[in-house]
Amino acid sequence: MNIVVRPHGLTWVAGHDHDHDRIATTLSGFWLFMMSDLIIFGLMFATYVTMLTPESFAGGPTPKELFELPGAAMETAALLTSTFTFGMASLAIKYDRGLSKVMLWLLVTLALGVVFLALEAREFTYMLAEGAVPQRSGFLSAFFGLVPLHGTHVTAGVIWLVIMLIELNRTGLTGPASSRIARLALFWHFLDLIWVGIFSVVYLGGIA
Amino acid sequence: MSAPKTRSREQAYRHDLRGYQTGFFLAALLTIIPFALVASGTFSTIATLWVIGVLGLVQIVVHVRYFLHVDLSRQRREELYLMLFSAALVTLMIAGMLWMLFNQHTRMM
Repeated sequence: MNIVVRPHGLTWVAGHDHDHDRIATTLSGFWLFMMSDLIIFGLMFATYVTMLTPESFAGGPTPKELFELPGAAMETAALLTSTFTFGMASLAIKYDRGLSKVMLWLLVTLALGVVFLALEAREFTYMLAEGAVPQRSGFLSAFFGLVPLHGTHVTAGVIWLVIMLIELNRTGLTGPASSRIARLALFWHFLDLIWVGIFSVVYLGGIA
Repeated sequence: MSAPKTRSREQAYRHDLRGYQTGFFLAALLTIIPFALVASGTFSTIATLWVIGVLGLVQIVVHVRYFLHVDLSRQRREELYLMLFSAALVTLMIAGMLWMLFNQHTRMM
């Protein structure tokens, strides 16, 4: 039996009722996970904001001294572009533009994700070398709780992307593979949304 | 028979593509403005912080609408309610936490 699975936006409308229910359920479940993740990030943001008082700097480096605009801008550019390229991969799946096109867009997304992680790793290495370690002050503890938490999520997304590329390479664009990519797309767009909060609150708010 | 169907499919593709392009353009714009403001230092710190906050919230709405495809349509009602409910929870927890901690802070002074 050949079941045609077509995404509508990111919700998947299938030709077969039972299948439709199953895919819609897995996507709803993923939404629940993302929203609980949102609450974790929300609380990390709140903790960070309470740690922006002079006492919380504990005589250590302040946001103004630590953060630099060009680095944050490059990280933002990499992540925002990667969200767009993932959108192109989703469209290539939705409109049957062929496996090679899907894989190409996912590869571009993967590359941009790796660029983002490399930039972030460079920034953290620089901070740690300057003595801006998590145990230096409450502010730095909160910073290293929030920003690397997002970085860890991106790392998980990158690993997930690699696994999906291997799966696509081995089995082609099957129903389950497309369904997994739909969830990964949600995850990836969600991480960019969290990054909007991070560059606004942490970097721009810190430097302004 | 199949020609008009292909064309409407092509139109649907263009429509979806334009959605992602609009989202990308708006998000880029909403990112560049606050970065430029902070880099140039045109406004006072308080005014800049307000602009960053408002544009950040607008950009989040842009991401939800154009990338996560959650809008006010009936098909996306479940995700919308889930999102609004989570946003309400986050707001309550953050507001409550800030209120309590800053209250404690003033008592410590």
